[in-house]
Amino acid sequence: MTPLPTSGLGVDLDVAAYALRLGDDALVLGQRLAEWAARSPQIEEDVALLNLALDQLGAARSLLTHAGRLLGPDADGHVRTEDDLAFLRDEPDWTNALLVELDGGDFGRTMARQLLVSAYQVPLYAALGSSADEGIAGVAGKAVKEVAYSLDHARSWVVRLGDGTDESHRRVQTGLDEVWPYAFELFERDPLVDRLLERGVAADPAAIEQQWQATVQEVLAEATLTVPETTWRPTGGRRGAHTTGFGYLLAELQHLHRSHPGARW
Amino acid sequence: MAPVQTQSTDELERAFQDAVDADGRIEPRDWMPEGYRRTLVRQIAQHAHSEIIGMQPEGNWITRAPSLRRKCILVAKVQDEAGHGLYLYSAAETLGVDREELLDLLHTGRQKYSTIFNYPTTSWADVAAIGWLVDGAAIMNQVPLTRCSYGPYARAMVRVCKEESFHQRQGFEAMSVLAQGTPAQRRMAQDALDRWWWPSLMMFGPSDTDSPNSARSMAWGIKRFSNDELRQRFVDATVPQAEHLGLTVPDPDLRFDEATGHYAFGEIDWTEFATVMRGDGPCNRERLAHRVGAHEDGAWVREAAAAYAAKQAGRGAREAA
Repeated sequence: MTPLPTSGLGVDLDVAAYALRLGDDALVLGQRLAEWAARSPQIEEDVALLNLALDQLGAARSLLTHAGRLLGPDADGHVRTEDDLAFLRDEPDWTNALLVELDGGDFGRTMARQLLVSAYQVPLYAALGSSADEGIAGVAGKAVKEVAYSLDHARSWVVRLGDGTDESHRRVQTGLDEVWPYAFELFERDPLVDRLLERGVAADPAAIEQQWQATVQEVLAEATLTVPETTWRPTGGRRGAHTTGFGYLLAELQHLHRSHPGARW
Repeated sequence: MAPVQTQSTDELERAFQDAVDADGRIEPRDWMPEGYRRTLVRQIAQHAHSEIIGMQPEGNWITRAPSLRRKCILVAKVQDEAGHGLYLYSAAETLGVDREELLDLLHTGRQKYSTIFNYPTTSWADVAAIGWLVDGAAIMNQVPLTRCSYGPYARAMVRVCKEESFHQRQGFEAMSVLAQGTPAQRRMAQDALDRWWWPSLMMFGPSDTDSPNSARSMAWGIKRFSNDELRQRFVDATVPQAEHLGLTVPDPDLRFDEATGHYAFGEIDWTEFATVMRGDGPCNRERLAHRVGAHEDGAWVREAAAAYAAKQAGRGAREAA
């Protein structure tokens, strides 16, 4: 990307970076969920998973648009649109958490990930509903209802799979074990979050983690699943250090757009 | 208490036909001839299967859609198709079959789905062409079904047609953006029209002279217009749209006939239609294998849901005891 200006009308690089993190999480998760189209275990789930994908993509569009405005014009005086940010950024410029970029795997792993992400997004968006940044507060106010549905959906599946058959128990436990270590990146604090907490823009990761733990522990207990014991805590997404699979996700996401520079769609 | 059955089959049949002729609706609990029931089950199931299989060619482009707006529209569209499949399977279930049975007929190749979905979607413009042409043809076929004599099917079609009409408009809009776009986009648009035009015309089925079940379906109020009438309507509506887009319909015999007020068009390649019908189109094997694969991969999830429901019912019964 071109070097960013440090000042200008309405430019706020900190809030832009934070909106971009939220937007990248939503976009990448939406892309992963949409991969289930015409592949899900029953038709009702095609409807449900695509609905979840749409919710994430809708939030992503608003957040990226907001981030683009806050970034201010680039060297050519161009204000980046949602599509510039979605299709023209390279891997190191993406700041989504690693958890959302992991391959969805089987339905058990997809639902385990949905539980971990939704149990985070519910308190996150609830807190951001009163963010000092109006753009973020607006998106959060709408999204909080959507992610509440997503949490209900994930909860009901994790419980059914965990307490269903031996095979479903084994599969959802395996999926959970695989994605679990990645969840903790969601609660990391860094200087950006510190500065935005002071300004009343960001949500407090510690408070969110507490609510997340309560929700997840309760669901896993009901599902007769075991909380993974590993202390491995992979991280790096927020500073653009991603997993191998992410490059393939971006290749698929961006290929067509990039093949036709400047085209309108 | 139900009245004692006193009417003969002839009388029932006459009353049924009178109701149909008077444009009345037949409801699930009404008496109906066995052939009527069988025809409807087959037709509604094939329609449902088409919605479900139809998710594949378009779903194929969701992850690659060229803008976030187009991606959202496409996700919503594919989601609508899943929803249409659900209403239609439900409408079929009112005739005494169940979804599992119908899916099994699809998976084992004993029931069909629209031949159109056996063509590949090789470029983004195919998504636009499907919306514009395939959904456009589907609407021509389906709008008359909102007045079909079987109530649950007619009502399902009212909802389906509203959404299809939105799909058709977005397809045309997406196509017009491509047609007015860069040279590469225009080429993509023309190429898609070249590949989808004739298969779209085939969606109306065999020519009237070669359509064995049409007359009976008309008498039963399931079908209102003949295959050729609907096909002509589609051509008349679509050719001016192609001209508006600046695209060329791939038919050297196409011309407007002043005398009839309709477009005259070339002969459909019925050999190709028959080939795709019997399972030898470009994607028949792929579509069915994908569908069966998804169903088999999901079996453990459906079994888990059933096992959990059974455990819950057992727990409920114990608590009640």
